[in-house]
Amino acid sequence: MIDTAMTAKDFWMLVQGAGMTLLVTAISVAIGTVIGVICGIFRFQVGPWWAAPVTFVLDVCRSVPLLIQLSLAFAFVTAVLKLRVSGFSVACGVLSLYTAAYCAEIVRGALEAVPANTRRGARSLGLSWAQDMRYIALPLASRVALPSWIGLSLGVMKDSALIYVVNVSELMKSTKDLITRLQEPLFLLLLCGVFYFVISFPIARFGAYLEKRWSND
Amino acid sequence: MIEIQKVRKSFGPLEVLKGIDLTVAKGEVLTVIGGSGSGKSTLLTCINGLEPIDSGKILVDGVEVHAKSTNLNKLRQKIGIVFQQWNAFPHLTVLENVMLAPRKVLGRSKAEAEAEAEKQLKHVGLGEKLSVYPNRLSGGQQQRMAIARALAMGPEYMLFDEVTSALDPMLVGEVLDTLRMLASEGMTMICVTHEMKFAREVSDRVAFFHQGIMAEIAPPEELFGAPKTPELQKFLAATH
Repeated sequence: MIDTAMTAKDFWMLVQGAGMTLLVTAISVAIGTVIGVICGIFRFQVGPWWAAPVTFVLDVCRSVPLLIQLSLAFAFVTAVLKLRVSGFSVACGVLSLYTAAYCAEIVRGALEAVPANTRRGARSLGLSWAQDMRYIALPLASRVALPSWIGLSLGVMKDSALIYVVNVSELMKSTKDLITRLQEPLFLLLLCGVFYFVISFPIARFGAYLEKRWSND
Repeated sequence: MIEIQKVRKSFGPLEVLKGIDLTVAKGEVLTVIGGSGSGKSTLLTCINGLEPIDSGKILVDGVEVHAKSTNLNKLRQKIGIVFQQWNAFPHLTVLENVMLAPRKVLGRSKAEAEAEAEKQLKHVGLGEKLSVYPNRLSGGQQQRMAIARALAMGPEYMLFDEVTSALDPMLVGEVLDTLRMLASEGMTMICVTHEMKFAREVSDRVAFFHQGIMAEIAPPEELFGAPKTPELQKFLAATH
């Protein structure tokens, strides 16, 4: 049905690209979530005034297009600081901050959705602020945050296609390289899309499963 | 003993407690009645330090609640409070709701906490609902769970803040029965309530709050039988 010059080796190149996409996404989402949760709790706790510096930095990470952030960060680290840092590290760093910026908003919103009365009930039993956070507020907030967080993770995975600008051969870059060589853009883009779907779909389903499990019904 | 001395408290420009003096002895059941906004609920949240006060003092067994050096988390272990909105932890089962604080605050083992929680839940008539999530309970059952949750900490004082006000009239009785049971067991209780019949029945003394002032305090026969202030006469006439 499909007539292609693609070899098994080329296909393997795409698989490796997909692996790189997954790796960068996993690292960025993991680091970004940790930073995001800390920043989100901080912003929720201290109020808009004291959190303003943090909010400003996060807003910059959210507002400047990722492509520009990546190019600038790479240029800054390699040309200005003259550090020998790989494009992979820069990509993970920028994507982590990008994830953290969105994640902080999600966490703050979710914490605000936890009824104050429930937390008051917890404190009245003698639970400390940290215990209330750990056992009541965060578990309840995580249920609110989960759908947005899954959406964010999938978004980061697709946005990671931009890290080709710092010379990381992830799925999109591998596809482009193959297109240049084989001159079969439609087929290759279709295949690339299938790859993205195959790695995104389980995450989306896993999120739906967790949501259902946590609903206590 | 709970000693409340000249306590004043404002929310912004609104002064809700205008110098309250009140002592509650061990084993006493005090009910507090009064219209909305009379400051009675605020007083309860001040007693266990959930709300700061502007001036005056509250002493629980000689410990000043609002002193900087007071460990509130520790003090709250002996003052249980149950709210109008029962504040169940929706992500935990009934048993886990009751076990959480004894385990994390008192450091009890899982087995100990479980045994105690089961005992308290049976005590309030929820022995059959241990592994159910709170959203499967009626309002009255959730409120009784909240009472068991507070009791599991082994408090010496229990504060009840209009615990039947948010309930279906059909469910009020079961919660009041639980309170009656506690009173008969000798628990020291302060109950803010709108249930006059209940106040008359269980109280050693009844306090009437009006616009941030404790206008009257007396044993129930006296307070209901011969109200002295015109405010109380008016309030009783309106609630009958």
